[in-house]
Amino acid sequence: MALTGWGRTAPTPALVERVRDEADVREVLAEAAAGGPGRGVVPRGLARSYGDAAQNAGGHVLDMTGVDRVLDVDLAAAEVEVEAGISLDRLMDLFVPLGMFVPVTPGTRYVTVGGAIAADIHGKNHHVAGSFSQHVRWLDLLTADGQVRRVSPDSDADLFWATAGGMGLTGVILRARVRMKPIESSQTLVDTDRTPDLDSLMTLLTETDHLYDYSVAWIDCVAKGARMGRSVLTRGRFARRDELPARRQADPLRYSGSVKLSVPDVFPPRLLNIATVSAFNEVWYRKAPKRKRDQLQSIPTFFHPLDGVGAWNRIYGPRGFVQYQVTVPFGHEETMRRVLERIATSGHASFLAVLKRFGEGNPGMLSYPSPGWTLALDIPVVAGLARLLDELDEQVVDVGGRTYLAKDSRVRPEVFERMYPRIDDFRAVRARVDPDGVFTSDLARRLEL
Amino acid sequence: MIDALGSVGSLLLVGGTSDIAVATARRYLQERPLRVVLAARDSARRTTVAEELRTAGATVEVVDFDAEDPKSPERMVAEATAGGDVDVAVVAFGQLGEPERLAHDPDAVAALARVNYVAPVVVGTVLAERMRAQGHGVIVALSSVAGERPRASNFVYGSTKSGMDAFYSGLADSLAGTGVSVLVVRPGFVRSKMTEGLPEAPLATTPEAVAEAIVTGVRRGRHTVWVPGAMRWIMSGLRHTPRVLFRRLPI
Ligand SMILES: Cc1cc2nc3c(=O)[nH]c(=O)nc-3n(C[C@H](O)[C@H](O)[C@H](O)COP(=O)(O)OP(=O)(O)OC[C@H]3O[C@@H](n4cnc5c(N)ncnc54)[C@H](O)[C@@H]3O)c2cc1C
Ligand SMILES: NC(=O)c1ccc[n+]([C@@H]2O[C@H](COP(=O)([O-])OP(=O)(O)OC[C@H]3O[C@@H](n4cnc5c(N)ncnc54)[C@H](OP(=O)(O)O)[C@@H]3O)[C@@H](O)[C@H]2O)c1
Repeated sequence: MALTGWGRTAPTPALVERVRDEADVREVLAEAAAGGPGRGVVPRGLARSYGDAAQNAGGHVLDMTGVDRVLDVDLAAAEVEVEAGISLDRLMDLFVPLGMFVPVTPGTRYVTVGGAIAADIHGKNHHVAGSFSQHVRWLDLLTADGQVRRVSPDSDADLFWATAGGMGLTGVILRARVRMKPIESSQTLVDTDRTPDLDSLMTLLTETDHLYDYSVAWIDCVAKGARMGRSVLTRGRFARRDELPARRQADPLRYSGSVKLSVPDVFPPRLLNIATVSAFNEVWYRKAPKRKRDQLQSIPTFFHPLDGVGAWNRIYGPRGFVQYQVTVPFGHEETMRRVLERIATSGHASFLAVLKRFGEGNPGMLSYPSPGWTLALDIPVVAGLARLLDELDEQVVDVGGRTYLAKDSRVRPEVFERMYPRIDDFRAVRARVDPDGVFTSDLARRLEL
Repeated sequence: MIDALGSVGSLLLVGGTSDIAVATARRYLQERPLRVVLAARDSARRTTVAEELRTAGATVEVVDFDAEDPKSPERMVAEATAGGDVDVAVVAFGQLGEPERLAHDPDAVAALARVNYVAPVVVGTVLAERMRAQGHGVIVALSSVAGERPRASNFVYGSTKSGMDAFYSGLADSLAGTGVSVLVVRPGFVRSKMTEGLPEAPLATTPEAVAEAIVTGVRRGRHTVWVPGAMRWIMSGLRHTPRVLFRRLPI
């Protein structure tokens, strides 16, 4: 069966094994180890990484989504102990009504806890809360030798910080204990600001981001010239119960997520072009309020607007798409501007770009966030794109920036090495816990990790 | 691994000193650095090519390969893949043979058949086996328009190309669903070492043009390419040309 990531590029066949518990996982691991060198095994969650992280050509792939039980809940401490295949969607269904939200959520609820740790994902609250792994008290890792090791920032910290952001290459995360975020209501209070260009956006974010728990901007990357970087900034926090309208105060934690409609798999390769995208963006920008304060929004509306449409990745047609996500350190705003400008003028249609200000990084060896700006945009696969992105990578890496592995499907291995100076520490940990290289993936082979 | 945008990470050149193979490596190196494995007979030219490609940004590995040695293909593929997966393998070795000699010397005919047919199909078999296990990869086979309809002037060569072309076309179908694919390349007259000193045929082309066609063909997932592209229509015409006429054509 040929697998791809969310971007639907570079499919490769593998033996996909759907597992239910630790015993199943062990069985597959033994099979993979016996299968000889080179092909090995990689865990896979809900396959929301864009590229080839959860693919393993010619080897085994562990479908972890069936390992999804809740093992323990501590309401007083707001902690949950769960199996790694459980989705954030399910966690919200179960725990929002009990007054707990996931500590970090990406732009989609459909990721597993294992995937969240393995990519050390970040959300709109990175500037105040850091990334997902910083809310993991410990995790149980099944390593290549068949041992289950309980690792945490205090116990085998190296293995913990190699696993957080380690893209499934240190072992299988079986279980984790996660600190949740206590909430009084399931509603967010949101402020919206429209900004006419990139400068005003960055200034606004720099000056006032610290006042909000959550913040993110959507930039129109088709607009050129003076309007370049026009954007809609939304920022907010969870509402207290007494901030809800009276009629909702009786049931402040009411929550329903679940998907509505699905995009059929029929889109032609060239549906998205500069004309359709500009038209869309114009409407989108005009529709947003210029300035709005304290608007109540549900969790799906504020955090996961794209989840309202299932399988929207099909809109890019059969050739698929890539997401280019990079970060550049503070002080190099000019580089960010140039990247945006190059993409805007290249004619490679991209709907919207997402811009966010990161807070401090963490000790994760391959963890992506670091202090600076992060920009993410989707681009359909077209001729000439490889060269353009290679060129942008150079500018980014030259100022100490990097690309995000969970989104990557095309960075050059030697550029990647420069982006992650701690790669050799990561390799050392892998050599210790997996000397025969049982855990491997298409991503690992492509980037020679 | 070939990435989402079709960029290649590692290239195996079987017949690593072939002008077309070297042009292909150079063309890939224009895009980004990559690992290149040169499989060829030990020669001064092999050393020169290795140096040249290193200078152009490649990480070069050299392995021995001799098409006249039946044990060579398996050893070569094992050595070439020891350092990692091969994304694209170009099967480029071959000889033109001397028509006058081939007309009278059965040993020369057998030798040419071994180098141009037996060795390529053995290499193809071993490569396919290896790539099937990898779950990905592209095999590029250098066939020739001469295999489409062998001509009196070099029909032994033409027949070997015809055979290897049939093999790789069939191999392509047998690999459906495995993640591995085959690109059969059919150039016309190419100005290379092989054709040095020979009178040029119409539509003569260059190793660089063949390289370009290979890179584009691989990127687009094609199964056959003709170089130049017009050859396809010309050969399809020639295939149906009556024999009396065909014999007299100045080609
Ligand atoms: C619409 C959309 C929006 C997104 N927004 C964001 C965002 O805002 N911020 C952000 O950080 N990311 C974002 N992402 C990316 C996503 O959060 C990550 O790719 C995440 O890792 C996906 O989790 P998954 O369960 O789908 O994992 P998969 O994609 O299946 O796998 C990802 C990696 O995790 C590893 N893995 C999975 N399970 C385990 C396990 N049990 N043990 C060990 N390793 C495991 C895999 O081997 C692989 O390397 C977004 C993705 C989409 C599609
Ligand atoms: N040139 C054309 O007009 C033309 C047209 C259509 C198809 N082709 C095909 O394209 C391919 C490449 O040709 P080219 O034009 O690049 O010619 P080339 O430069 O002469 O390359 C052919 C290579 O084959 C190698 N070779 C010959 N016998 C060998 C053996 N026994 N073992 C190992 N290697 C051997 C030679 O390597 P050494 O260095 O060891 O001698 C030589 O480098 C060939 O298969 C040819 O048939 C060529």
